[in-house]
Amino acid sequence: MIVLRSGPVSVRFEQRTVRMTVVLVVLAAALAVLGLCQGAVWVTPGEVLAALAGQGDSSVIVVQWRLPRVVGALVFGAALALAGAVIQDQTRNPLGSPDMLGIDAGAYTGALLVITGFGSAAAAMPGLLSVAAMAGGLLTALLVYGLSLRSRNRGKLIVVGIAVNATLTAINAWIVLRAELEVAIAATGWSAGSLNGLGWDDLGIPLVVLGVLAGTLVVLSRSMNQATIGDEVAVATGVRLGPLRLVTVLAAVGCTTTVTAVTGPIAFIALAAPQIGKRLFGTSGVGLLPAALTGGVLLLTADVTSQLVLAPIGLPVGVMTTAIGGTYLLWLLIVQVRRRTH
Amino acid sequence: MNASRTAVLAGCAVVLGAVAVVSMGVGAQALAPAQVWQALVSPGMSDADTIVRDIRLPRMVLALAVGAALAAAGALLQTATRNDLADPGILGVTAGAGFAITLGTVLGLTGTQYGQLVVAVVGAGIAAVVVYSVGRSSPLRLLLAGFALSMVLAGLSLGLRLIVPDAFDRFRFWSVGSLAGREQIPLTVPIVVIVIALVGSLMVARQLEALLLGEEVAQSLGVNVTRTRFAVLVLVTLLAGAATAVAGPMVFVGLIVPHLVRPLARNSVPWLVAFTIVLGPVLMLIADIASRILLRTGEVPASIVLAVLGGPVLIWVVRDRRTAPL
Repeated sequence: MIVLRSGPVSVRFEQRTVRMTVVLVVLAAALAVLGLCQGAVWVTPGEVLAALAGQGDSSVIVVQWRLPRVVGALVFGAALALAGAVIQDQTRNPLGSPDMLGIDAGAYTGALLVITGFGSAAAAMPGLLSVAAMAGGLLTALLVYGLSLRSRNRGKLIVVGIAVNATLTAINAWIVLRAELEVAIAATGWSAGSLNGLGWDDLGIPLVVLGVLAGTLVVLSRSMNQATIGDEVAVATGVRLGPLRLVTVLAAVGCTTTVTAVTGPIAFIALAAPQIGKRLFGTSGVGLLPAALTGGVLLLTADVTSQLVLAPIGLPVGVMTTAIGGTYLLWLLIVQVRRRTH
Repeated sequence: MNASRTAVLAGCAVVLGAVAVVSMGVGAQALAPAQVWQALVSPGMSDADTIVRDIRLPRMVLALAVGAALAAAGALLQTATRNDLADPGILGVTAGAGFAITLGTVLGLTGTQYGQLVVAVVGAGIAAVVVYSVGRSSPLRLLLAGFALSMVLAGLSLGLRLIVPDAFDRFRFWSVGSLAGREQIPLTVPIVVIVIALVGSLMVARQLEALLLGEEVAQSLGVNVTRTRFAVLVLVTLLAGAATAVAGPMVFVGLIVPHLVRPLARNSVPWLVAFTIVLGPVLMLIADIASRILLRTGEVPASIVLAVLGGPVLIWVVRDRRTAPL
């Protein structure tokens, strides 16, 4: 246990938390340097560091082209994982993540409707696209929640989510098929979930929005912990459950749809990161910090690997996370079966 | 009681015939039922005759085979696993066939219709065994295992297709389940396999019904439990594999149809299988007709129509109070 005191404010850390945080930050930094090195032209780590300091010939490549992608991977991974942690916490179900519940697909539907409705003009209005994606995601969340309401069985939520997900995915495919060719190409490139071609211009607004949402979640995290102990305990310690739930879920949906609006649906980070983080940090519930750190490292790893594996083809990172995440889900199921039978 | 079910089944067959005729009339060139009939009975050299004979008739037959195969596979799976959510698409069996075909193409194994069929059936079989052994313990787990495996295989398939652009080009269209553009492919072998497997499903249905009473009871009734389970696995694999080999991955047919016909079959497994064999093609044909109507400039793949229809049915099934707890 480590305690930091500064006047009336004191913060306590578990040693394991500190250790794992340092490990993950170092890992993220190493991956980031690797991500900045690789690409069409290999830049040595030394040159990368020089470029980051604003010197050297490769500063344009590194700072203008590759850095946005690396920053995007870290921040978006963290944001997706935060959303997953909140929803898993609220549904008390390790499978209750936004991507499983169809929220990503709904956000994509919202964005598609704007893209097809406004044509190429939509590309010039990233704000509108984000709002549409967020509205789509929120409506989907409401729909899934409403359909599985009054059911004491938590499994139903997941099945309803999978069903809504399948239907929305099909509707999305239909919208793309109906669309004009240019729109369809733009929309299809987006559908696999990719960080290809991400620039600083694309990152500005999302970073601010995500910062605000993450800040909200951190401020509320203490009350959320009380709620995890039990509804009665939370109420007794002065937590107003209704508004708390509403705000946290809204913030989580906001995180996932903001990312989806920029990159397209990237599956499984939200599902896997909170659970992996929980195991790495040895916490009892899904924590925000472990989830965010793990999520950032996971998405950056997936992105760096997907660029390495099929070097000239920019494999959409969503393909990579889908394959890895599906394997993770299978493993989770196998482990649970073993535990039950032994 | 049997008489009334026979009458209903005959009625369903009439509906199937009507939908089949309509499906041959709908398309870019609309044809009246009379013209379709004319083209079938006394084919000449007119445009209408050529369209019906070379395009619409093979496509209709394909829809019949695929619809019946997937629906019957769903009925067998739901009964054998006692799981209302079982469907070859949801459980990843079709995804296994699809991935095997992609892999087979990359390795150059799918040149002939035999090759494609064998590869698809092997893939479906492996996927079925994996999903069943992972998710055996509960319906939700089974569903999740299928979902997860489908995800993994979809990612791997896309990766493979990106590495080998040639395969990508050939499978761009196959990878979305559809009946369009498959009229010219020789279909004899898959269709024969499907017909044989359908007959097998009807034959195994009675033993399967006995199994529902419990393994001991079934054994005392003279049913070989292991052999019946194995037969069901083989049949589901053949049906789903062959259907996927010709039409690409289709989800939800095996889920929807058994649920819709269950009230008609009244707790009899043989009747359930019989009804799904007749009404599965009806759903497939309706999806195929819708796929030609919904888009003015081209076609929506039938699998997309099916997914839009199937999602709400899945929700309806889990919300239904009578279904077993997950």
